[in-house]
Amino acid sequence: MKNNLKAYFPLFVLPTLAAFIISFIIPFAMGLYLSFCRFTTVANAEWTGLENYRRIFSDSNFTNALWFTVKFTAVSVITVNILAFFLALALTKGIRGTNVFRTIFFMPNLIGGIVLGYIWNLIINGVLGFFGTDITYKAEYGFWGLVVLTNWQLIGYMMVIYIAGLQNIPRDIMEAAEIDGASKSQIIRRITIPMVMPSVTICTFLTLTNSFKLFDQNLALTAGAPARETSMLALDIYNTFYGRPGWQGAGQAKAVIFFIIAAAIAFIQLRATEGKEAHS
Amino acid sequence: MKMKKNEIFLFSLLIILSCVFLFPIAIVVMNSFKTKFSIMGSPFKLPDSETFAGLDNYITGISSADIGGSFLRSAFITVFSVGALVLLCSMTAWYIMRDKTGIGKILYRLFLFSMIVPFQMVMYTMTYVATALKLNNPVGIIAVYLGFGSGLSVFMLAGFVKSIPRELEEAAEIDGCNPIQTFFRIVFPILKPTAVTVAILNAMWIWNDYLLPYLILGNRYKTLPVAIQISMQGAYGSVNWGGFMAMLVLAILPIIIFYLFSQKYIIEGVIAGAVKG
Repeated sequence: MKNNLKAYFPLFVLPTLAAFIISFIIPFAMGLYLSFCRFTTVANAEWTGLENYRRIFSDSNFTNALWFTVKFTAVSVITVNILAFFLALALTKGIRGTNVFRTIFFMPNLIGGIVLGYIWNLIINGVLGFFGTDITYKAEYGFWGLVVLTNWQLIGYMMVIYIAGLQNIPRDIMEAAEIDGASKSQIIRRITIPMVMPSVTICTFLTLTNSFKLFDQNLALTAGAPARETSMLALDIYNTFYGRPGWQGAGQAKAVIFFIIAAAIAFIQLRATEGKEAHS
Repeated sequence: MKMKKNEIFLFSLLIILSCVFLFPIAIVVMNSFKTKFSIMGSPFKLPDSETFAGLDNYITGISSADIGGSFLRSAFITVFSVGALVLLCSMTAWYIMRDKTGIGKILYRLFLFSMIVPFQMVMYTMTYVATALKLNNPVGIIAVYLGFGSGLSVFMLAGFVKSIPRELEEAAEIDGCNPIQTFFRIVFPILKPTAVTVAILNAMWIWNDYLLPYLILGNRYKTLPVAIQISMQGAYGSVNWGGFMAMLVLAILPIIIFYLFSQKYIIEGVIAGAVKG
């Protein structure tokens, strides 16, 4: 059969592989190469070495976006995970209506980023309207708007993962602790939290990558206003490519840096989860 | 009794939180029934006899080719891209896991690698290649989705193929099945649960996707998220807020209906995707 199988390569693999090469392999290789070039279209690229990379680190739009992204990601990871964890605790107590609550909390996660952005744009501007201002007035408004939006979107998602983690804790360990006279807070700190650590790792990295790569929500909620102060990295890369003539090379270099950071996060995540699995 | 009191408190808290979670969606739905000048500035006011627009926003919205056309286009692209991804990636995943020549392993690594690359890294060059190959139309974009979505899909399906006992396939082979028959009669039916997961994850991604269709199809063939974004780019006064609210509702509605009917699969699928991805 093994020799036989080879004859079926064109049918089984070729369609996927051709599409994969066209929309990933070639664009990736070209993108890497173009980050070292000056160009206005792909056809007129001219090798300039590290010029683009030098340019982007003296571009305040880029460094601001990087800093904004880091701050936003840090705040989101903490708020989303804490709130999701407590919701998961509340929904594993066997309260009436648990399934309905779970359904409701998870729902925002299914809505697309552009739609999410405009929903919250309407609401935040409606609230700020009472004070005669709007979300583009101050960068802080945009920042906290994005944090609220991200929490609304991701809490239910992370909650569901925490619920699965909590339900995996064997009942008898809890019972043994109760018999030994452990208090509620002791049980949470000494048993529940250590036992759900794998879920914590997964959720932390999921929130991390989701927040770090945020684009649609950022575009729809503030589009970077005021004056690009609320642009995150992905939006800044987009604006550099399509909004600043002569900066395409710099845009591609920013994209490479963006990729390297994302790859580093993924690599650390792999290490972290592997470590956990080896222990348990 | 103390326990009961705690439960009542927690239950009330959860009810309040549920209202907080549903509030943004309720506001959009409510405003979609208001006249277009009564939305901005007072989104929290209930419609009254003067501002109630009935179904006007939906009727004018859907009959203006923009929304109706975008809705159908989004549905078309989502259905066929998901179909292509599930069918072709299952075949690919099975082949590369059963291949002994080493090519399978290399391909597997490449698919895995593509999962960590953010879209921004390839967006400019992907748009160039897709346009050069005349894939910049609602049919061609299916190939782009197949290519860009194949990483996660192959990875998840290959993980499941690993757990299928070889004896099943060998038995089929002895009975005279060729690889096509073995795959469609034996392997694919077993792959079904993972195929459902892969379909759900891809459907949510493609239906909600904005930047890829915007760059590749642009203004000419707007998908729903692109139509929503573009309609907001006009001068501020020119935005028809009533039609806009109707568009938001139309973008949310199919997902929520789908979700309420197949909740179990969606939640499981999203978790499986999260844990593996």
